[in-house]
Amino acid sequence: MNLLNFLSRRGTAPVARERLQILLAHERTAFGRSDLVAILREEILAVIAKHVAIDQEKVKVTMERGEAVSTLGVDIELPDNKVARLASA
Amino acid sequence: MAKVIVVTSGKGGVGKTTTTAALGAALARTGQKVCVVDFDVGLRNLDLIMGAERRVVYDLINVVQGDAKLPQALIRDKRLDTLSLLPASQTRDKDALTDEGVARVIGELREKFDWVICDSPAGIERGATLAMRHADIAVVVTNPEVSSVRDSDRIIGLLDSKTERAEKGERLEKHLILTRYDPGRAERGEMLKIDDVLEILSIPLLAVIPESEEVLKASNLGSPVTLNAPQSAPARAYADAVRRLKGETVAMTVPSEKRSLLGKLFPRRAA
Repeated sequence: MNLLNFLSRRGTAPVARERLQILLAHERTAFGRSDLVAILREEILAVIAKHVAIDQEKVKVTMERGEAVSTLGVDIELPDNKVARLASA
Repeated sequence: MAKVIVVTSGKGGVGKTTTTAALGAALARTGQKVCVVDFDVGLRNLDLIMGAERRVVYDLINVVQGDAKLPQALIRDKRLDTLSLLPASQTRDKDALTDEGVARVIGELREKFDWVICDSPAGIERGATLAMRHADIAVVVTNPEVSSVRDSDRIIGLLDSKTERAEKGERLEKHLILTRYDPGRAERGEMLKIDDVLEILSIPLLAVIPESEEVLKASNLGSPVTLNAPQSAPARAYADAVRRLKGETVAMTVPSEKRSLLGKLFPRRAA
């Protein structure tokens, strides 16, 4: 076993690191930051929905955490005719 | 201006209470007035780690509910007169802690001490969110192990949303203390390296506490490791952490135990 480890030389830690990176990338968008992201999502949607009918399915809110800054991404698909009507109103 | 620190982790058993006691004692040794507060209602242990388990009369819940005054519940450390402990209740339920009561007690502690260090319970429930609620600084304790890192990530999310500072849009300082680190195993690829954990959690490093027999020895005796064995590797790492908390710039090293020749030839393995 030791010889095998020596030959592979990789150890188990890199596997742990990779698994964590994949898992947390998912959890941070799905649940991890859910408190803040979910609240922001709801409130942003409420504001926009006052003026434009939006499809809840076509809304993406993401939060990316970096060392110095975090970015909040809000991606909302607006139906064309609704925007046109809003612009002419 | 007093600073309130929360020591938190999500996962249990990673070293929150050890870290609270060690940081508290190390800070108090520098002459600062320090109070360590146990928020783990029902499973209190900070009193035991501090060696004050037989001196508890009143506790945090008594003070929160107004059954005792804060000075009646505070236990002055016998070794360091600048160090005090506010124990948790062992019999009551954590629901006995009210938001307003905790806010009032933290406010009173801020007036009496330079540093208030809150030992959070494990988990992400109300006890943990109450412990972090009024913090100016969060110390996230993590082991170089997958479940601990994952739970720390979750706790960092809560710190960014559930604390008073986060809600006001103010900055909450967050720091990582990596505990039970074994440089040899990390080098051999058997343990996550410091940089791996830092890259994943992206919060600044406050200290790396090496795996050490001294931590258990100190807890056996009811003495913070920074008092019981100040020259040991973990105590030196905690002392460096305290200097950083006080704003000093200290080069980041992982202290190691001085081993005798025999010890080098026959190293004992940690379980």
